[in-house]
Amino acid sequence: MRAYAFRRILQFIPTILIISVIMFVLLNLLPGNAALMAGDQRKAPDPRVVEQLKKEWGIDKPIHTRYFIYLKGLVQGDLGTSFLRREPVNKLVGERIWPTLRLSFAALFISVAIGIPLGFISALKRGSLIDTASMVAAVSGVSLPQFWLGLLMMYLFSVVLGWLPSSGYGNGNFVNLIMPAFTLGIGYTALLARATRAAVLEVLHKDYIRTARAKGLSEIMVNWRHVMRNTMVLVLTTAGLQFGALIGQTVIVEKLFSWPGLGSLLVDSIFQRDIPVTQGCILVMILVFLIVNLVVDLLYSVVDPRIEY
Amino acid sequence: MAFSKAALKGNSNLIIGAVLTVLVIGMAVFAPVLAPYHPVDDADLMVAEEPPSSDYLCGTDTQGRDVLSRVIYGSRISLSVGLVSQLINTLIGVILGVTAGYFGSWWDDLIMGLTNIMLSIPSMIFALAIMALLGPGLVNIYIALGLTNWSFTCRITRSQVLSAKRIEYIRAAEALGYGKWRIMFGQILPNVVGPILVMATLGIAYAILTEASLSFLGLGTQPPTPSWGGMLSNAREEFFTAPWISIFPGLAIFATVLGFNLLGDGLRDLLDPHKL
Repeated sequence: MRAYAFRRILQFIPTILIISVIMFVLLNLLPGNAALMAGDQRKAPDPRVVEQLKKEWGIDKPIHTRYFIYLKGLVQGDLGTSFLRREPVNKLVGERIWPTLRLSFAALFISVAIGIPLGFISALKRGSLIDTASMVAAVSGVSLPQFWLGLLMMYLFSVVLGWLPSSGYGNGNFVNLIMPAFTLGIGYTALLARATRAAVLEVLHKDYIRTARAKGLSEIMVNWRHVMRNTMVLVLTTAGLQFGALIGQTVIVEKLFSWPGLGSLLVDSIFQRDIPVTQGCILVMILVFLIVNLVVDLLYSVVDPRIEY
Repeated sequence: MAFSKAALKGNSNLIIGAVLTVLVIGMAVFAPVLAPYHPVDDADLMVAEEPPSSDYLCGTDTQGRDVLSRVIYGSRISLSVGLVSQLINTLIGVILGVTAGYFGSWWDDLIMGLTNIMLSIPSMIFALAIMALLGPGLVNIYIALGLTNWSFTCRITRSQVLSAKRIEYIRAAEALGYGKWRIMFGQILPNVVGPILVMATLGIAYAILTEASLSFLGLGTQPPTPSWGGMLSNAREEFFTAPWISIFPGLAIFATVLGFNLLGDGLRDLLDPHKL
């Protein structure tokens, strides 16, 4: 298993390399650059200042030279220097990554704690009122525009009831985390509930479940030992693949709740044409997604002993 | 494919989804007839931010435009985003998937490598990067969403083609000397169209939601185009004082996306009765 994990981590290298080329080419084709936007917006930029800034940032060189300079830094774990803030991207991203991870994992926790049991119960009580109600809720959950839901929650819990702060990080207070985490997690919860229900229904038809029942195991034992474990592999696959969507949506939720994470840094850097920061944010987000999927793959063998690496 | 009455019976997803979808399409087609006002030109600052009344059923926005009319016209934008971008995704996914599955060897390796890389970039982030490059605007939305969500279609098409390739009549077609392209797109593709259709329907729902998100960030359609996401984004500051400006476009997005999601679920149940 350790060898497998190591091999998988090695596979990150070509993936990150190709993504870095795609992103570098894409973002460096951007019309307008930070050099023009760094000065006073109201006045026409001084061409000498622009030239000087271009030189300082190294964007006066041809694109392939720039890429190799960037790659050289990347290999050493250096994401470059922000155009506008004149600070290392590592520092900017480093400050922002913890709030994003906190938010994502809180959302993940909510989804697992609600979505999986809900899907499980729905499948076992198929056709019942609870099944219909939770599946209607689940399909609604994947169809809601998140930021709209966030706005409605802000209105209810902050303006009307006054229970929760409407936005901001609040020095990491737990109360500030609740609404963003639910807003981010709602779609993922719905998705996990649907995936779990489908997986359980598939497993319930298998012969080994009939055998387990035939040998007189109680329903609880059948469900717990046989259905649950066999379902988890299917659910984990969906959970891992869709985690990327969750990371993508942090951008929206962080902007809505003024959450100081990677997502809001990414959007700000796009509007400021601060390309090194944009690249850094995207690469770190993708790395998080790759690591989560590696963990999911390693969990397969924990959940299902038949799978060995 | 058994489109019998028996298959439709009990498939409430399909029925509700189809009804919602037809309603939204009807709204888009008959927008000029249905809308009481013009969505852009009928701005009257004297009636700005009016709550819903008999004159303005869903109220008016900050510039005194009728919210209902803008929601009705907005269906055209959202539907076009869903259909055009998903058409591009489906074309890319199907062409790459069919050829990868049929030709195999290095071409398959290349396409699958590319697909795996696409899968490891969250599509929202990729779309954001493309919008950053192209700038806001409707056509750019089509492109950004059309280029970033084809990987699942490609994978499913490929795996379907791999299993269809071994069926006798395909081998018979090969023996008859049919050209490769004729076999791929004339013989194999019609047999694997079901799952692709399901993916496409769900993809339309995803595209409509993502367009709304991009517009919310300010990277989507630009005012005064009446897009649902754009309306929500502009109304953010007024949400607590004039909630009707945001509530109705939000409901419209929800109903439309729900319609396509239910339709996709229903189609899946219809085409694949074994898998419940």
